Amino acid sequence: MHKNHQISASIILRNHQVIFNGKVIFETAEDLELPAFLKACYQDLKIDYAKFYKMDLLSKLGFIASEYLAKDRKLNAETALILQNSAGSLETDLDYQESILDENAFASPSVFVYTLPNIVLGELSIRHQLQTENAFFISEKFDASFLIVYLQNLFSTNKANAAICGWLDLDKEGYNVFLSLITKDEKGKALTAENLKENYEQFKTRA
Amino acid sequence: MRQKPAVHIIDDEIIAPLGWGTSANLTQIKQRQTAIKEHKISVENFYYAALFEEEKIQQNFDNLSFSKAEDFTKLEKLFLLTVHHLLERNPINLEETVLIISTTKGNVELLEKAENSIPEKSKLYSLGKTVQKYFNLKNEPITLSNACISGGLGLSVGKRLLEENAYKNALVLGGDVVSKFTRSGFQLLQAMDSEICKPYDKNRKGINLGEAAAGVLLSTEKQNSKIQIVGEATANDANHISGPSRTGEGLVKVISSALNEAHLEASAIDCISAHGTATLYNDAMEAQAFGRLNLQQKPLTSYKAYYGHTFGASALIESILSIKSLQQNLLFPSLGCEKIGVEPSLNIQQNLEEKKLKYALKTASGFGGCNFAMIFKNLKYA
Repeated sequence: MHKNHQISASIILRNHQVIFNGKVIFETAEDLELPAFLKACYQDLKIDYAKFYKMDLLSKLGFIASEYLAKDRKLNAETALILQNSAGSLETDLDYQESILDENAFASPSVFVYTLPNIVLGELSIRHQLQTENAFFISEKFDASFLIVYLQNLFSTNKANAAICGWLDLDKEGYNVFLSLITKDEKGKALTAENLKENYEQFKTRA
Repeated sequence: MRQKPAVHIIDDEIIAPLGWGTSANLTQIKQRQTAIKEHKISVENFYYAALFEEEKIQQNFDNLSFSKAEDFTKLEKLFLLTVHHLLERNPINLEETVLIISTTKGNVELLEKAENSIPEKSKLYSLGKTVQKYFNLKNEPITLSNACISGGLGLSVGKRLLEENAYKNALVLGGDVVSKFTRSGFQLLQAMDSEICKPYDKNRKGINLGEAAAGVLLSTEKQNSKIQIVGEATANDANHISGPSRTGEGLVKVISSALNEAHLEASAIDCISAHGTATLYNDAMEAQAFGRLNLQQKPLTSYKAYYGHTFGASALIESILSIKSLQQNLLFPSLGCEKIGVEPSLNIQQNLEEKKLKYALKTASGFGGCNFAMIFKNLKYA
């Protein structure tokens, strides 16, 4: 179906490891708190982006994953951002909910803004200057078949030329990030639901 | 390029404090009646919003055969009722139908009582599961949460899936209810007017909250439909997460892209149902964008002073109202703009007016920098 588009790169953040195209490229001790792991990744990336420190954890996860994914390359100006997860913005929702229940706590408008899952799409758009198709879907499990049909429409109607798509989830149990970069006329795996799913299923446990 | 099937609007439903059912809503709008009222939080604290009377929902809900089957949330009841009304009128093959749910916060009020465990129903996808269960839908529902464009994006997603022949019909729902969660957030952002909101007015001070649910049935089978979706797009501003681009970058892009898909020039548009939240920055941004595309003279309506901002429902309700404009050849009045306060000046539709209408543009913008545009065509004038 997708003759011209391929899965040209994939990134996984799981178990405090960063896995790029199937290889562990960075890791920390597993007992590090998530914010500390993300800060270590940020330092490993050797970037200077002050907005990173203001983001909620879901946005930080999406930011770090996309930085590794887009490292050493310029993204196509028409790269769509299509993400899924199961928990929405639940962790930040809980933080905000706590702040409005406790009268002594300070409820912050900037925390409230992050209680929308698509805010991370805004953060990635700003970072990569992408004025492109954006959508955030919520499903119980990673749905590769849906993504394929959706991308097929975006590409065949010229609404996008490329895409960053995948799974960006965070809840009390932990985080689970899998992003793929889909581009045109590059080397890579065929863009099929089976291949996306196979990539997603890798590295469920620490390598 | 392979020809894609056309996507038609088969039926619609609005359940809102303004009216129960689309035609009840239209009756109110034609008479310039708002559902926004003052609601007390405490002795000295109040806010303006369009809220349901709980008994009204319950009375209607009790008529559904499964109404006692479990403890349903308010939003679940609204969605189940919307689907009930649509399926009652339209005997469609559910095996060829996909359910799409648009919501920003779903059942977020359940977090108030969450102590150690997270209630399953606070997960947004649970809404789709509930509707799927009670109407025996075969296909896995799709849920999206994309701030204030959610309801419009739901229509886009439906159109896109139908164009790819993934399904024959799409049942697109949009809804949100007002909770302490959203109310306190917009109070913190100081984004709420202390009176009924005034879209595009010089003295506009912010939004009112609202709650509602809506549904649209899309199909690749034309049936008796006279309305088709001919163009649509979304785009990010890539500018700020909680404020729009001052120059309306994303909005200009989505309108241009939707026009392009429809093979139309901006001059072909007959009327606009805009976002018009009545915040200082949103309305100013929209005027900039419409001006850049030379759309500033087109009759434009904001429905926010009827419904408040109903978030996940708003762009879907306002799309339905665009469709009704086309079907009835009527421009509906925008409420709340006495003295225009945007640059360039816009042609705010002040009265109910009969007019031959072929193309209607719906737009929306939201947090996260997202923008949406969709063009509906009236096939009576094809």
